[in-house]
Amino acid sequence: MTIWWKSWSDFWAMGGQAFFVWMSFGALLVAIVVEMLSLRLRRKRALDAIEEERDLETEN
Amino acid sequence: MNWFYFSSPSTFYGLAGRLAPWFFVAAALLAAWGLYLGLLVAPTDAQQGEVYRVIFIHVPTAWMSMFLYFIMACYCGLSLVFNTRLSAMMARAIAPTGALMTFLALWTGAFWGRPTWGTYWVWDARLTSELVLLFLYFGYMALANAFEDPRRGDRAAALLALIGVVNLPIIYFSVQWWNTLHQGSSVSFKGTSMHVTMLTGMLVMSASAWMYAIGATLVRVRSVILERERRTAWVRSLGAA
Repeated sequence: MTIWWKSWSDFWAMGGQAFFVWMSFGALLVAIVVEMLSLRLRRKRALDAIEEERDLETEN
Repeated sequence: MNWFYFSSPSTFYGLAGRLAPWFFVAAALLAAWGLYLGLLVAPTDAQQGEVYRVIFIHVPTAWMSMFLYFIMACYCGLSLVFNTRLSAMMARAIAPTGALMTFLALWTGAFWGRPTWGTYWVWDARLTSELVLLFLYFGYMALANAFEDPRRGDRAAALLALIGVVNLPIIYFSVQWWNTLHQGSSVSFKGTSMHVTMLTGMLVMSASAWMYAIGATLVRVRSVILERERRTAWVRSLGAA
């Protein structure tokens, strides 16, 4: 379980393939953030819609 | 025990809300472990160099893209045959996460392919059938939301999802049936050709992807339930206080 890299700069450089490695891992991070935000937004919209209908009903 | 107790959207709503955080916690812990192994501990691949580390995302998301489609199709089948409300809602809740996994598998594959094959994309059997899977997810979501009456959307989309199941064996066996650029699997039921740390990292990341997908589905199904049951008494009483 020893760390493979000699230094942090070695790690970030990924043997010269940093662009391809970090574009992939970056995409994973972005994807998770986007999905979490969209889940939150969808819940908010659903709750707002319920609220709206309840308000309409009390007006009538 | 009444097995149908939780098949009612109103009871499942509460259960999903209680379970979801635990799946996210499990996903985060497994991801931390898997990324530690994959990015920090696992050695360089002799043939591919460091870019092979993309597999720690690529393989789990590719597996999940197919598993989730299969589970979604099962829920679609249930909803068509038994006309159960919750199964159609579950299928709707799975689709976006399935599409996301498919997208990630394609994206990471492209960034692995460029330095390894010399191209981001090729119209190869494995890549093309995985792209078809992404379009099946999109088609399912578009069709499910194309009708004024959501129950009609459920049925039309379920039919599409079930027809699309034929694509799954095509994806899986494409590397054997056709002469493709994509390599065959390194992991099979017979064993593996991989370094043990690489394999462990990949399996841990897969477990994390499972937990994440379940968590995301449970959170999303709660919104789907609220959208669909908006006019019922139990939903109205939710935030009334």
